[in-house]
Amino acid sequence: MARQTPLLARYAEGLFWMARYLERVENLARLVDITQTFEAPGREAESWLALVRINADEANFFKRGGPVDAENVRRFYLLDPGNPTGVPASLEAARYNARTLRPLISTEMWMHMNMFHRDMLSITPEDLQGDNLSRLCRRLKEGVQTHTGITEGTFFRDQGWVFYQLGRLIERADQTTRLVDIRYHLLVPAAGEERRLAELTQWGAVLRAAAGYHAFRRVAPPGFTPEDVVSFLLTDTSFPRSVTLCIEQMEWLLGQLRSRYGLRGTVAALERVEELRGGLTGRSVAKVIEEGLHQFLDGVQRDLIMLAGEIGTAFFRDWRPLAEGQTQGQGQTQSQTQAA
Amino acid sequence: MLTAVFVRANGRGPMQLSSTDPFRDYDAGAYFCELTSQRADDQGTAAAVQGRIGAIGLDALHARQSAAETELINLGITFTVYSEASAIDRILPFDCIPRVITAAEWRHLEAGVKQRVAALNAFLHDIYHAGRVVKDGIIPGDLVYGNANFREEMRDFPVRFGTYVHICGIDIVRDHAGKFLVLEDNARTPSGVSYVVENRHLMSRAFPDLMAGIKLRPVDDYGRRLLSAMTEIAPEGVDDPQVVLLSPGIYNSAYFEHVFLSREMGVPLVEGADLLVENDRVWMRTTGGRRPVHTIYRRISDEFLDPTVFKPESMLGVPGLIGAWRRGNVTLANAVGTGVADDKAVYAYMPRIIRYYLNEDAILSNVETHICREPEGLAYTLANLENLVVKPVGESGGYGITIGPRATKAQIESARAALIADPANWISQPVVSLSVGPTLTEKGIRPRHLDLRPFAVTGRDTWVLPGGLSRVALKEGSLVVNSSQGGGSKDTWVLDDGVR
Repeated sequence: MARQTPLLARYAEGLFWMARYLERVENLARLVDITQTFEAPGREAESWLALVRINADEANFFKRGGPVDAENVRRFYLLDPGNPTGVPASLEAARYNARTLRPLISTEMWMHMNMFHRDMLSITPEDLQGDNLSRLCRRLKEGVQTHTGITEGTFFRDQGWVFYQLGRLIERADQTTRLVDIRYHLLVPAAGEERRLAELTQWGAVLRAAAGYHAFRRVAPPGFTPEDVVSFLLTDTSFPRSVTLCIEQMEWLLGQLRSRYGLRGTVAALERVEELRGGLTGRSVAKVIEEGLHQFLDGVQRDLIMLAGEIGTAFFRDWRPLAEGQTQGQGQTQSQTQAA
Repeated sequence: MLTAVFVRANGRGPMQLSSTDPFRDYDAGAYFCELTSQRADDQGTAAAVQGRIGAIGLDALHARQSAAETELINLGITFTVYSEASAIDRILPFDCIPRVITAAEWRHLEAGVKQRVAALNAFLHDIYHAGRVVKDGIIPGDLVYGNANFREEMRDFPVRFGTYVHICGIDIVRDHAGKFLVLEDNARTPSGVSYVVENRHLMSRAFPDLMAGIKLRPVDDYGRRLLSAMTEIAPEGVDDPQVVLLSPGIYNSAYFEHVFLSREMGVPLVEGADLLVENDRVWMRTTGGRRPVHTIYRRISDEFLDPTVFKPESMLGVPGLIGAWRRGNVTLANAVGTGVADDKAVYAYMPRIIRYYLNEDAILSNVETHICREPEGLAYTLANLENLVVKPVGESGGYGITIGPRATKAQIESARAALIADPANWISQPVVSLSVGPTLTEKGIRPRHLDLRPFAVTGRDTWVLPGGLSRVALKEGSLVVNSSQGGGSKDTWVLDDGVR
């Protein structure tokens, strides 16, 4: 039974993106959750607009018109199927991919995807109100986590699994940088000791949104500072959502493609991974913060886009002869070139 | 009474027919009933099923059937209906009361289907080679060579084992006396087999108590048999052939079935864009580069297979595929050009075609068909228009049909005029009283009309999946079993008496 079965390039791409879109849904839920936590009385709109900014969705959001308020941002991400970065479109894209992958993925994965998708089609404006919002975020997180668990337990571990993991990790790394970035946009209007305490509270909330609060407390020094938190989220090698851990796992996975499945074309992607890791571990976090955390995070996000591009070029492009002229790197959304 | 005793002797429990027996008001009338009409070798199954349904009760039946249908939705066992505004995923409605075919009935059907497939393949081989059947006057040449589905590309082209129709679905109905009659041959890309298997799985999950202890022929073997056939027909000299299933993609209404078949065979489901042809060889695009493909089970019509040969605007196919195939580097299943054999006009000649090639009478009769291009057929048709269904031979999809018993005087006369003007364009058939099966409806258990589509797989030899797809017209009095028009399906049980 040791037959190595080839994987269609189209399937590899579908797996990569299905995982990405679902990871995005989970992280959007985390971002929305933390935004609500940060919501400063009287300055709600500003807090929610920060969410739009860190997702670089300003143009898209303002194009829609409507008031710039908390309600509208929540709808933009949770209800508006026309927003390509929102939950409905991401779930739709995930299910679209799952459908094309139906010959490959397990029946249990497909069945859960159908049920999750249908459940989320029933989100109403009422679910975005008050304490309902947090519950909705939990439903979304749990939906993705259920998918992840079913996949872990039922999906055949051939190279398809590697592409699935790569998609998940690249999105997770990207989303963690956004989670860190959101703090940057919400400066605390205070000074001195009061400001320091308020900042620590905010960083605590960021850690909780990343499900890393307790892990951080276990490894952090007693008198920890905001730098310690940033360092934990970006460079820890044990925390599942840390950018560095994601990158190390991707490096291992790319190596698997080469050693275990005999795929060529991993060189360029591995070089990107090297650069990413160098950037993250090459200098101290204090220095990064001093030079501008936001710019640094922007750079990491760009590098991740390049990495996704290299993976696409090496393994997915061949089935898209029509897309030959497209620019390299598909960025943050899958290009949906339809053959039919 | 005898039947009831037999049931107990088989250990299937006593029948508990109470005053609320859901079958109390069931009356199949003059129709043959696929469950309740007496059959000598039904092994007491019909009575057992009725008894068990009585024990479950109507309310529970409805609840369990609806739970079963929800499961179909969750599993995505759906076909997509497109309207202007949206795409809706619909399930093929499932009726939980099985259709029962006895072992002897099945032996008859199986032999008849195999015979039919053999004749279809012999006919196709002949018309694409010497054309003896035309020269010997068995069938008019224009019906063959003038047929829109006749493919010049096929002339003198060798196919392995002489098999053109690898997958065949034959639509069969049953008349008031229970006689099986062939309604139509489907020799191109027949669909529906996935429902046969899924219905059985669903049945065993949702109604295990209905099936318990009844020995049925299994239906799980389809994928393995299909893969074996696809492997057998691969180009000669290929040791470990790569089989793929070619689908138009997720927007095709039968996509679920394509998925099902590729999973059951364990082969990739590819779309046109996944394949390419270079130097007359077919390759699929994988993460590790190009990999050769040897057999393509295609679920795309002939005219979409290769834009360089057929429709240039088709994006579903693969440029150069026909060239690769003509060079013998890849096998297509079904072969190109099989549509000429399942044509309505050719259907009328099938009993003669079977006799011509196999020197046997047809085991399964056609529905009595009068060929109006022949003087006797025309005379009979004109004399009996009020009782006949008159069909044009060239059309499909039910266009131009006149149903005598339901037609107005004016419609009859216009059919008469059309017949006289161009007799060769018409055939006529009596109205068949299709058999019924007890079916769960809002009003309780009622008779509904059924047909049956057995599936035959042919590589070197022909194998027939026990049973087939039973489609049921859910609307009262309706004879239309198509899924697009209110049709559903039932699990089809072939009783196993241990004799093969």
